[in-house]
Amino acid sequence: MAAAVVIAQALQCYKGIMDETEIRRLSVGHVLCGLAVLFSLCVPPLLLDEFSLLGTHLTWLCICSVCVVTVNVLLRLTLKPNPSTKRSSFAHKVNKLKQSGLYFFVSCLLFHGIIVLYGAPLIESIWETFLFAVLLSSFTTSRCLCILGPNFHAWIRVFSKDGAMSVWDHSLQITTICSIVGAWLGAFPIPLDWDRPWQVWPISCSLGATFGYVVGLLLAPFWIYWNRKRLTYKSR
Amino acid sequence: MKVGASVLACCCLLIQVLGLALFLRGFFPLPVRSQARKSSISEIPAEPWAGKTSNWTQLPHPLFKKVVIVLIDALRQDFVFGVKGKEHMRYVTQLIEKGSTLSYIAMATAPTVTMPRIKALMTGTIPGFIDIVVNLNSPELLEDNVIWQAKQAGKRIVFYGDDTWIKLFPKHFVESDGTTSFFVSDFTEVDDNVTRHLDDVLKRDDWDVLVLHYLGLDHIGHLTGPHSHLIGPKLYEMDFVLKKIHSALSSKDEDPSFPSLIVVCGDHGMSEAGSHGGSSDEEVQTPLVLISSAFQNKAGTFKEPEIIQQTDLAPTLALGLGLPISRSSLGMLLPAVVEHKTFREQLRFFHLNGYQLCKLLKENLRAYEKDDGVEQFKKAEKLHANWIKLYLEGNTSEVLTNLGRKLIKQYLEALQKLSASLSKQVVEYDIYSMTVGAIITLEMFFLLLICVPSALSSKAEFDLPLASPIFSLFFYMTCLVLAAVHVIVCTSTENMCFFCSISWMMAMAIMVLIAALLCVLLSVLGKIILKHKSSNEKQSSSMSSWSELDLLLLVGTLGHVLSMGASSFIEEEHQTWYFLINTLCLALSQEMCRKYFLVRKRNKMNTSDLEYMEQTDVYINEIYDAHKKELKEERLSILERFIKDNEKWIALASPGIILICCRLLRPLNQTGVQWMHRSDFGHWLTSSEHKPELSFLVGTCLVMIFVLIQGKCSLVSKVALMFGLLGVYCYRATIGHVLYPWQQDTKDITKGITEARFVYIFVLGILITGIKDLLKSHMMCADYKAKSMGLWEVYSGLVLLAALLFRPHNLVVLVFCLLIQIILTMFIWKILKYDAAQITFMHYWFGQAFFFFQGNSNTISTVDISAGFVGLENYVEIPAVLLTAFVTYSGPLLWSMHLLCYLNGEINKTSTAVAHGCFSYAIIRSLPVTVYILLVTGFRYHLFIWSVFSPKLLYEVIHLVISAGICVTFTVVDKNQVAKSEH
Repeated sequence: MAAAVVIAQALQCYKGIMDETEIRRLSVGHVLCGLAVLFSLCVPPLLLDEFSLLGTHLTWLCICSVCVVTVNVLLRLTLKPNPSTKRSSFAHKVNKLKQSGLYFFVSCLLFHGIIVLYGAPLIESIWETFLFAVLLSSFTTSRCLCILGPNFHAWIRVFSKDGAMSVWDHSLQITTICSIVGAWLGAFPIPLDWDRPWQVWPISCSLGATFGYVVGLLLAPFWIYWNRKRLTYKSR
Repeated sequence: MKVGASVLACCCLLIQVLGLALFLRGFFPLPVRSQARKSSISEIPAEPWAGKTSNWTQLPHPLFKKVVIVLIDALRQDFVFGVKGKEHMRYVTQLIEKGSTLSYIAMATAPTVTMPRIKALMTGTIPGFIDIVVNLNSPELLEDNVIWQAKQAGKRIVFYGDDTWIKLFPKHFVESDGTTSFFVSDFTEVDDNVTRHLDDVLKRDDWDVLVLHYLGLDHIGHLTGPHSHLIGPKLYEMDFVLKKIHSALSSKDEDPSFPSLIVVCGDHGMSEAGSHGGSSDEEVQTPLVLISSAFQNKAGTFKEPEIIQQTDLAPTLALGLGLPISRSSLGMLLPAVVEHKTFREQLRFFHLNGYQLCKLLKENLRAYEKDDGVEQFKKAEKLHANWIKLYLEGNTSEVLTNLGRKLIKQYLEALQKLSASLSKQVVEYDIYSMTVGAIITLEMFFLLLICVPSALSSKAEFDLPLASPIFSLFFYMTCLVLAAVHVIVCTSTENMCFFCSISWMMAMAIMVLIAALLCVLLSVLGKIILKHKSSNEKQSSSMSSWSELDLLLLVGTLGHVLSMGASSFIEEEHQTWYFLINTLCLALSQEMCRKYFLVRKRNKMNTSDLEYMEQTDVYINEIYDAHKKELKEERLSILERFIKDNEKWIALASPGIILICCRLLRPLNQTGVQWMHRSDFGHWLTSSEHKPELSFLVGTCLVMIFVLIQGKCSLVSKVALMFGLLGVYCYRATIGHVLYPWQQDTKDITKGITEARFVYIFVLGILITGIKDLLKSHMMCADYKAKSMGLWEVYSGLVLLAALLFRPHNLVVLVFCLLIQIILTMFIWKILKYDAAQITFMHYWFGQAFFFFQGNSNTISTVDISAGFVGLENYVEIPAVLLTAFVTYSGPLLWSMHLLCYLNGEINKTSTAVAHGCFSYAIIRSLPVTVYILLVTGFRYHLFIWSVFSPKLLYEVIHLVISAGICVTFTVVDKNQVAKSEH
């Protein structure tokens, strides 16, 4: 009996250490993602003429999405958040890649649809709307794809109440919700009559989403660290 | 005393209406008025003269023989003085540059709407905001005004143009031809109707004053905005008219000392979007050009037009025509108009003007002796007397001239100060009445708020302590203090105060009410705190049980209330609501996904739960569709089976369908301010080229309405509904909005009174059947079916009424409203179980969104007044106001009636559903109003107070009055239920 208790305690201890390292890995990943956003803000003005965040917003949207997706893919390859037990063949991997691409595209279309339902113009400024949808997908869907893979059931599990099983799931929840809420809040300044350049569709929303994403990235490790006791308990 | 939640909510709202009425009375100040109605020539003051009375006691002679007032609606300042004016109004520009004119920029005050502006021009007063509301009616102008004075003096006045004038001044004109501004899309005929009389009347010599009011420019502005290509030709046309008048008059001017005058002015400007009503520079600045050969001699270089007030025209016109100045005029004489006269005459004019302003100030301000302007005027008057003495003694030296010049300057300063302090009086708020009203409103709101836990409990009852607080010492103390405050405030205040002027008994009764409410509030609060201490732990657990949807509903509602602090969010309130219901639908679809996709992962006990739910579903279905099954149509049963089989997918898709419906409704009516000018689908449909499309749409919509609503009606009302909807189509066809399929060309248009009354009869019939069913269920008890059918019939009667009154393209809104309601009840609420409070919140959100979907906004200009004339020969005040209110608020009204029907259906499961719904509805309505009056009080000196905040205040208050009515209905239905359960 006593031995069992000791073993359980040791396990708990081990789990704690595991979590510590996981959180550290997670933080590194988040910092890199944050740097990707920063990169998209700082580097293009040096390389491109006449680049400005507000003036050539569409270019920035493309660059930012590409950066974020690339970093996500790189992180997936280096950190391997949810290591699968099975060894998969090359064909299987290609298949998965194809599926992921399809998922990403569908999510872009879905976001586009939702944004139009929210009142974005249907035909005029369609590119703005679509690139904003791409940005949102790269903030949310690309991370999901990289962490969970193209597995719809896993997604539903993660995004339901008490469905997260690891720190990665939690960070996914937090960043996704933060980016979407950021985009949601970003829509509020649009009707104000201040006539500022950033009130033009979709600048305030994309900035809101980016801001939310970065906040989520920074917040997630701390939040998980503070709540690690409760979380380890739950994941067991 | 135990009080039911619905009764409590109902009482609270009714008392809040009282408080708001008091607040409104204080918030909208009455315009400065003279007590005596009209001034007469006998009251004219004599010229001041030291010593004996002056020999000049009569009014000065008129300056002008004939006056032509050309009022061009929505003439913006830059249409005359700007680039557009130089380009298109060549003749006037030439006159201005030659120096035979006086040009000014006259500042109009908000609200920049035609009728108040005509009043301002003719009476010299600043009409209060309340005048807009009366604008629907435009009754006779009873105040003293130039037109009345001219008529009294025997001048013959001829009028052509906007028939608002004829309504304002009935029987004042010897000849008139009114054109109606009802058909906004017409901008050539309205002006041709004015101009066609011109040749004739200019040839004749039997008139003294000619008033022309051109509407075309305003119509162009409303249609296409100030930069449209139509503006240029219209300005050219106006210029041509002015050229004609000017040349005709100058050819007749025989006596150079007694010339005629042409006044060219605009009543208000035009915003960049082409509308008016607000207080932006473009809307407020209007040109005022006075053309007369009297001004010819001082030709000079063209200088920038001086800025004056619109009210200054009235005294100038009055003195120019040799009439007494209207008693309540706030304006000051334009000095340049009398500059060519002798010093004595000029001084006489200024003295008359100052005397009238002083008198008005004396009647409206208690501390008038201390007013700066009055003191200066008294000084100038003394100096004037001395000057006259010198003048009459025959002194003609340079000293006299210099003294005269100085005196004129002094008079002008005095006049300016007097005019300013009078204008300030107009915008003075009656803070005391506002405070009392706000306190009552606040107390009622807090009472509602405190009652939330017990009223939303399973008993839906609230223990209201009445006896103990009333007999407490604190109550009497408060009463005494309030009475003392009342006496002190009323004896010390300088301004007029409504609450002080009502009868002593009334004021005391209100004070006692306030004190009693305060005591009740405190005692309830005390009780709750005591209870809270004993059971602290329970409270925290209840907080964590909130779902995301609760959070969304709460945050959304609070966020909307807070957003009303920004004027842009008030202007664009529809965006807030569209955004919120979209989010709500997405949240619903997320819950739906969770429900269907995660159901497998739940515990086993859930299956039994599900079975139970299915059973209840079947049960409810049976009740709902009992009579449907009696009919047993083959097609219907197939449809039902299809729904049963694919329930999961339909349910999953339903939030999406609602979202798409809302998105489709959005471009139907553009509202708000910023995006108002965008072309919307509604305009496209109502334009005359698209009549066939509109006819098809209206027909389809009417059929859809019938299909969607007939399911739960009895056979009699079904037939009545069908005939009623047919009648609606006939009505629209008779007044020329739609075509019959067999009809190719538009026949003569009538008012369609017979058809409209035909529909009214069916509306009344359905309503009466419904009420009869309700009464029957009340008498017979336990007749559940009759009751829900009765409620549904009342609801369908209202839908029919809305179908009749809505503008034809808005029938789409009605169809989508019914469709969304059906989707919500059949698929969403049946599957996702929500309690009454949550459903009430959602209904409220949808109701608000539909308020804006039907084209309303928070400005007065979008109120559809034409609904008040449906089926009436001419304007009858009470039905017109009721119908207009109904059509304006039909979105929220229909949704809340639907809420009642739905909650009544839920009564089998939870007997307190209606009471909970009623209470939630009351609190959700009282929250924005309460916060808003506090905001408005804080913003009362805000720049947009008249153009943005005040209209919204009116909208909110009227909405609250309607909600109080709805709550009474809820309470009656709920009482019914209580009575039944007691049996």
